[in-house]
Amino acid sequence: MSLRIVVCVKYVPDATGDRHFADDLTVDRDDVDGLLSELDEYAVEQALQIAEDADDAEITVLTVGPEDAKDALRKALSMGADKAIHVEDDDLHGSDVMGTSLVLAKAIEKAGYDLVITGMASTDGTMGVLPAILAERLGVPQVTLLSEVKIEDGTVTGRRDGDSASEQLEASLPALVSVTDQSGEARYPSFKGIMAAKKKPVESWDLEELEIESDEVGLEGSWTAVDSAAQRPARTAGTIVKDEGEGGKQLAEFLAGQKFI
Amino acid sequence: MAEVLVYVDHVDGAVRKPTLELLTLARRIGEPVAVALGAGAEATAAVLAEHGAVKVLTADAPEFADYLVVPKVDALQAAYEAVSPAAVLVPSSAEGKEIAARLAVRIGSGIITDAVDLEVGDEGPVATQAAFAASFTTKSRVSKGTPVITVKPNSAPVEAAPAAGAVEALAVTFGALATGTKVVSRTPRESTGRPELTEAAIVVSGGRGVNGAENFHIIEALADSLGAAVGASRAAVDAGWYPHSNQVGQTGKSVSPQLYIASGISGAIQHRAGMQTSKTIVAINKDAEAPIFDLVDYGVVGDLFAVVPQLTEEIQARKG
Repeated sequence: MSLRIVVCVKYVPDATGDRHFADDLTVDRDDVDGLLSELDEYAVEQALQIAEDADDAEITVLTVGPEDAKDALRKALSMGADKAIHVEDDDLHGSDVMGTSLVLAKAIEKAGYDLVITGMASTDGTMGVLPAILAERLGVPQVTLLSEVKIEDGTVTGRRDGDSASEQLEASLPALVSVTDQSGEARYPSFKGIMAAKKKPVESWDLEELEIESDEVGLEGSWTAVDSAAQRPARTAGTIVKDEGEGGKQLAEFLAGQKFI
Repeated sequence: MAEVLVYVDHVDGAVRKPTLELLTLARRIGEPVAVALGAGAEATAAVLAEHGAVKVLTADAPEFADYLVVPKVDALQAAYEAVSPAAVLVPSSAEGKEIAARLAVRIGSGIITDAVDLEVGDEGPVATQAAFAASFTTKSRVSKGTPVITVKPNSAPVEAAPAAGAVEALAVTFGALATGTKVVSRTPRESTGRPELTEAAIVVSGGRGVNGAENFHIIEALADSLGAAVGASRAAVDAGWYPHSNQVGQTGKSVSPQLYIASGISGAIQHRAGMQTSKTIVAINKDAEAPIFDLVDYGVVGDLFAVVPQLTEEIQARKG
């Protein structure tokens, strides 16, 4: 039987661009280029490796986001995923993690799955809680923050490297896995992959198809509210000295003045 | 006065510092009720009471150690139902965030993560967060349900505030999902004797300029002279010079110490995302154009192999 893998990916503003907030205090996407979140590339890579080891597997990439988010799906398809689902709806604008996770959970259930794979966090919000929330919503085991993952006989095993210990984890499918950037370098799409991606199916779903009311998502349906967002004042220019043999001593003098020594 | 649940991060009864910081913040909002789980839970009571816990709810069961996260969520939910708190505060560790997130879904509440400050607002606690590699500061609140907020280490001072700290056993019923993810084995990380990176008051980091694993002892020696934790940039970690557990940055750990010393680190946005909220920033780099110098309070343009050992020696000399 085919192993159905759903990989959740996010289209994020490029971190090297000038990211800022729009007037409604949501992320301004107009002025910054977007791309597939780097941490989600590792999720796609692990899905591809799992599929290569399986007798028969199908990888669906799923994203929730505006029209441009298709770019993230195309990237994942060109890496080797089989098909894509794009959930797009004007009412989604401004959704927080609870709204987004609701949409993802409904879409994953509609698509059908044995295994859900996500990155450890997005590179824009960087909360890192979506995988756990998704597992809770789906009612499946979470096997999160893995640096190594393996699927065998309906069981997922993996290694989680925490602050104080390294743990070996195990759960039965269906399950949700999240992977860290230590799980293995993500492959670059080949020319062949890029050409093939153009022919792969991309389905578009809206809220109605997922039986989600518009007031459950978006800014209005968020369970959190941002009251203000202010650019951090530029740091006042620090003292910069050129080392001419006494740089270490001068630095020690500064640290002593600040009472660090 | 409203009660505030505080999830206790401890190792066999030894309470970690971020939990004591949480108690300081919790007292601004109400009366802290601590929840301590697992082996040694009861042993946490004395220090929690010293820092303001009016009550300490404890539970121990093999499930807490043998399965991932969910048994602790079941317990925190039991505490939530027993207390009806005004807010739930959890330390922003990887595990803490997962526990808080699942609890929030269950109780139908919004969640805020990685707060760096908390204050009382008209509509409940207001959390300060850093956004976009700490180039923005936002103020947010939970608008639905009981605020569930995770707080980063070093966000508040640890203050003594003696309270009753009465220990009460918490009755926990584990749900069907509690045993879903088995912890097959656990290998404790070898202790370096240095402070935990995310909690340390001073962090000394090395990057590409350190130029090899064999040179990291220079960074470690400086760290030890200051009682600091050692960090590394992604370049140094990817090159295999230092463990990933010490990586500071967007895909590693986010730190917010009193003092951050960057050696041989250019300061790419991904690194800045992990350290820009540090109070005082110092850099040593031979490239005067390195972007890290835009952030510093004090910078030395020079060869780290000359500057860092001299600094270490001078610190030791001053300490006598």
